[in-house]
Amino acid sequence: MRSIRFALLATAATFAGSVVQAQAETKDMRIAFSNNYAGNSWRQAMLKSYDAETKKAVADKIVGAADVFTTADKEVPTQAAQIQNLILQGYNAIVINAASPDALNGAVKQACDAGIVVVSFDGIVTEPCAYRVTVDYKDLAEKEVDYLAQRLPKGGNLLEIRGLAGTSIDDDFHNGILAGLKKHPEFKVVNAVEGDWDETTAQKAVSTVLPSLPEIVGVVDQGGDGYGAAQAFKTAGRPTPIIILGNRQDELAWWKEQKDASGYETWSASSAPGVSTLAFWVAQQVLDGRKDIPHDLVDPYLAFTQKTLDAALPKIPVGGVASIEYSLDDAKQIINANLKK
Amino acid sequence: MSVQSQVAPTSIGMSRLHDGRRLLRAVLPALSLALIILAIWALNPRAISYFGLTLMLSLAVPVALATVGQMMVMAVNDLDLSIGSFVGLVGCVTATWLRDEPLIGVLILVGLVLAYMLVGAMIHLRNLPSIVVTLGMFFVWQGLAILVLPKPGGHAPDWLHGLMAVKTPLVPFPIVAALVIGIVAYVGLMRTSYGVILRGAGGNPVAVSRAGWSLLRGKMIMFGLAGFCGVLAGMALIGLTTSADANLANGYTLLSIAGVILGGGEFVGGRVSPIGAVIGALTLTLAGSLLNFMHISPDWQVAGQGAILIVVLAARTLINRAGVSA
Repeated sequence: MRSIRFALLATAATFAGSVVQAQAETKDMRIAFSNNYAGNSWRQAMLKSYDAETKKAVADKIVGAADVFTTADKEVPTQAAQIQNLILQGYNAIVINAASPDALNGAVKQACDAGIVVVSFDGIVTEPCAYRVTVDYKDLAEKEVDYLAQRLPKGGNLLEIRGLAGTSIDDDFHNGILAGLKKHPEFKVVNAVEGDWDETTAQKAVSTVLPSLPEIVGVVDQGGDGYGAAQAFKTAGRPTPIIILGNRQDELAWWKEQKDASGYETWSASSAPGVSTLAFWVAQQVLDGRKDIPHDLVDPYLAFTQKTLDAALPKIPVGGVASIEYSLDDAKQIINANLKK
Repeated sequence: MSVQSQVAPTSIGMSRLHDGRRLLRAVLPALSLALIILAIWALNPRAISYFGLTLMLSLAVPVALATVGQMMVMAVNDLDLSIGSFVGLVGCVTATWLRDEPLIGVLILVGLVLAYMLVGAMIHLRNLPSIVVTLGMFFVWQGLAILVLPKPGGHAPDWLHGLMAVKTPLVPFPIVAALVIGIVAYVGLMRTSYGVILRGAGGNPVAVSRAGWSLLRGKMIMFGLAGFCGVLAGMALIGLTTSADANLANGYTLLSIAGVILGGGEFVGGRVSPIGAVIGALTLTLAGSLLNFMHISPDWQVAGQGAILIVVLAARTLINRAGVSA
């Protein structure tokens, strides 16, 4: 096994060494992006990152075309039809943010059978022939508790804010927090509310339960809900606990304000919408003939600390989400890091 | 309203004009479908092939079934807003019970059709607006679907998947299926004497009940048929997607209404066209493909689909008006 892996790494190194020749291989190939929804700040940032990075790739003649197709509604059949249309248009690869993890498998299989490379991310598809680029939300949530443990050695009561019920993302976050609590038994979650990754919903939910709660030392959440939680604590006239944030601009702006006023410290992490560009490069690499890429890839999440906050904040558009765009070299590094696991 | 428009023309000349107008109206759905196929062919010739048509039209089969179901309800002067989530629920049952415990699965599906008949009976007996009742049922079906399948998943029964993937000789399977659906609905509703009664129950309920026919029975049968079509649509959809999701087909409600209207049906009872409805469903599906091939920016695709609908409806209104002024 080790020798095989070594051989694969060697192959990877060979490919990395022959970039110029490799680019020629895919310069006539076309990659389509099938997206099921564009209606929130994260998705808008995702499309913007994708557009910026792929325009460069087309201009540099790395790929022939990189077109974006967003479905008119959030429906599964619409996206399935869209994928079938993309097959007919002769694209070589399709990058997908899917409306459903399972119900698109029929269309995805048709694409694979037509010799098309399928790479899904964020909203992934379970069809084995497709590639999946995922963020390890469980690990992220565990790190939230780790951070609190390091800041508050004595432990205390926590409030958990959950995301959209029934999604795999909410499940992963919750399990990560449970794992973190097992590691740090000095903490106890005294209540959990549903914030749906939305500041207004989170604020309402936290305000409702707050009067009945004992002293809270920390809030563990899933991003897009930290600012709302902070507002709820403020309105209730209670001291602000350590609220973990999720890279939204309003959250980070609030953090900066608190930091400048009172030296408030916390930690912020979320998946970067620019993961769309990573999926694009993975598709390009597969088209390029790279055979060793695992079908399940883990993308590192984007985190900010007290030190990196000031530099990052001005770059995030108001109402937006912190993002990074991956270059071809970044993508290769991430693929190689996944190979070593 | 329907009574008014059915006043017999007085002279032979007017009757001929009337016939010409009717003919034009009847071929309008087919004409719009042909135009869209031509446009697709111009943009992407390889799409108009056995393989291409199979891909583009396969998802039109469940839409066509749901549209015919909607048409049954619209024929009795009602509107079914629940068909979308009903198809989704059937999908969830198909991907779970029907595969694992076929007998229970079949029983559930039969029960669902009976439930549809009861909804029809309730609307008739209590004289309730169908929009309100079926909107309520939309959420009932959706809730049940989430209960059956809390998370996306399940698998299509192999025989169903095999059936939907069948490769018919010469003509692609979706076209064969659409033809069969259209012809069965046409013969049943337009060419049998009881079909006339059923349409009459929507077009002129007073006359039909005075003639001694039970309106309650008519409504229950039509809603039952709608439910049956919904069951077929859900099964066909799962045969294609191979896996289910509780929110799989919510969009089918509006799609099916648009399909009926596009195919020449009207919101007043009794005026429906089964073959037109199937053509309407195919047109809507292909319109999506066309917009995709045209590389229309995603922000405009919804508007594009709406524009196609408006153009067809405007053409129909023009034909109607031309007839009136003549």
